[in-house]
Amino acid sequence: MIEIPAALWSSFRRSSIPLLGALAFLVIWEIACRLFSIRPILLPSPLMVLHELAASPAWFAEQTIYTVGITLAGFAAAVVFGVLFAILIVEWKLLERLLFPLFVGLNSVPKVALAPLFIIWFGVGDTPKVAIAFLIAVFAVVIDTALGLRSVPPDTIDLARTLRGSRLKVLLRVKLFCAMPHLFAGLKVAMSLALVGAIVGEFVSSQRGLGYVILSAQGMFDTPRVFAAIAILAVVGVALIAAVTVIERLAMPWHHSTERHEHWRITGPK
Amino acid sequence: MIRASQVVKRFGSSDKSVTALDGISIDIEEGEFVSLLGPSGCGKSTFLRCLAGIETATTGSLLIDGKPIDGPPDRLGMAFQRDALLDWFDVLENVLLPADFGGKRKRDYEPRARELLAMVGLKGFVNAYPRALSGGMRQRVAMCRSLLLDPRLILMDEPFGALDALTRDQLNVDLHHLTQQRRMTAVFVTHSISEAVFLSTRVIVFSPRPGRVVADIRIGLPRERRLAVRESKEFGDYTRHIRGLFEKMGLIHD
Ligand SMILES: Nc1ncnc2c1ncn2[C@@H]1O[C@H](COP(=O)(O)OP(=O)(O)OP(=O)(O)O)[C@@H](O)[C@H]1O
Ligand SMILES: [Mg+2]
Repeated sequence: MIEIPAALWSSFRRSSIPLLGALAFLVIWEIACRLFSIRPILLPSPLMVLHELAASPAWFAEQTIYTVGITLAGFAAAVVFGVLFAILIVEWKLLERLLFPLFVGLNSVPKVALAPLFIIWFGVGDTPKVAIAFLIAVFAVVIDTALGLRSVPPDTIDLARTLRGSRLKVLLRVKLFCAMPHLFAGLKVAMSLALVGAIVGEFVSSQRGLGYVILSAQGMFDTPRVFAAIAILAVVGVALIAAVTVIERLAMPWHHSTERHEHWRITGPK
Repeated sequence: MIRASQVVKRFGSSDKSVTALDGISIDIEEGEFVSLLGPSGCGKSTFLRCLAGIETATTGSLLIDGKPIDGPPDRLGMAFQRDALLDWFDVLENVLLPADFGGKRKRDYEPRARELLAMVGLKGFVNAYPRALSGGMRQRVAMCRSLLLDPRLILMDEPFGALDALTRDQLNVDLHHLTQQRRMTAVFVTHSISEAVFLSTRVIVFSPRPGRVVADIRIGLPRERRLAVRESKEFGDYTRHIRGLFEKMGLIHD
């Protein structure tokens, strides 16, 4: 009677404590709003935000799906391009010397500043938003994957050399696996950055998505709606990173440490 | 089979270079089990890496079957101090790695891999990940991996250095059986005098850096060895003699 719920209880406690913190935060917020009768245009109470969400759930869902779609498209492009680029520069030193400084230089340009340019190039459809999400996210993928590909222990390198494996075999059997923990750390950062990129894209030009919701609601001083969109974004951000974590566990069944060490680590956009 | 003459290895640029090996000359016949003993930093690993073709000698010549070594030789098995197992593959995949890297069909070698694992008592762990194994079990897997392709030459760099005495004894016996079974040439680096005497047909003692050959001792014990041989008088004579050499070099004091 006691033993089985013990494990359940501990896992429940572990996941419920952060929720408890969030709940306390919301309660204090609600009380403060009522106590000091803060005007909703400055700071709506949590219940008002909830009310706003409940008033048109389908509409909010539609906007959320659009933004998530943009985020995932940008993220996917960043993963594919980022991993391939990292492999190229790690495998061919010349390419690294040729392209990497340029890449770092481009990255130091604030990507948000490029957003209007993308509108000129790609029009006002989905493409410029995906492009911005991609551009913001890709750097983290490249850096972490390259770091991971270089993290092969010296003994393992010697082993591969004495076995006379082809470069392709070494890459596929050794380097890519060595890179995986780093890669996933990069993917978590990239996912949050892709969301930032999607919102920026929608800020610059859009008729849809949560970024558009925030911008248009702000124009009408509809603060509860702004908060509703922000609340959705917070949940979406956490859910997307959780999804990467789940994939990480599935992709690395041999890697137990992910459960133990990274429990409290929150990787978010800087 | 192996002929090293006046092998010198220096690391670094000329003005602040480190001489790791200073004129090593050794001939090793086919089928010999040679242990290299010597103080830390005397260049044992460096010599082994030169034999493996992953390091090149600065001067001197190093021949295998009369041909200079310019890359990992054919049919080479190698075992490392830190077993160098791949965490992301299970035990069987790890043992099959040489076949995979050699471009051979893994399925053809699976029976041999299973046989080797059974011989070292790991039958039940064929599909375990290395994380789930103890240090001794991991070294056994690494040993099986180095033996998969029936190497002619096996190079081992302190493979049992990190193990407790009991596990180490067992692995010495396992290794002895495995190498006896198919006559292969072995070069084995160790810090343990009794391990060296137990396993070897020949023990070579290196001086402190820069490494030179101080003694080359034939071990005249019967070829088939059991742990009990360590209680014999001859065994004690060999270990005492080698310990005496270390004392003379000022490496051990009472
Ligand atoms: N890649 C390298 N670059 C510079 N110096 C090196 C390199 N590899 C080895 N050395 C030096 O060469 C010397 C011999 O090293 P080696 O690893 O062969 O010693 P060892 O006999 O195997 O020692 P141990 O018993 O501690 O493993 C050491 O002084 C070491 O610092
Ligand atoms: Mg060494």
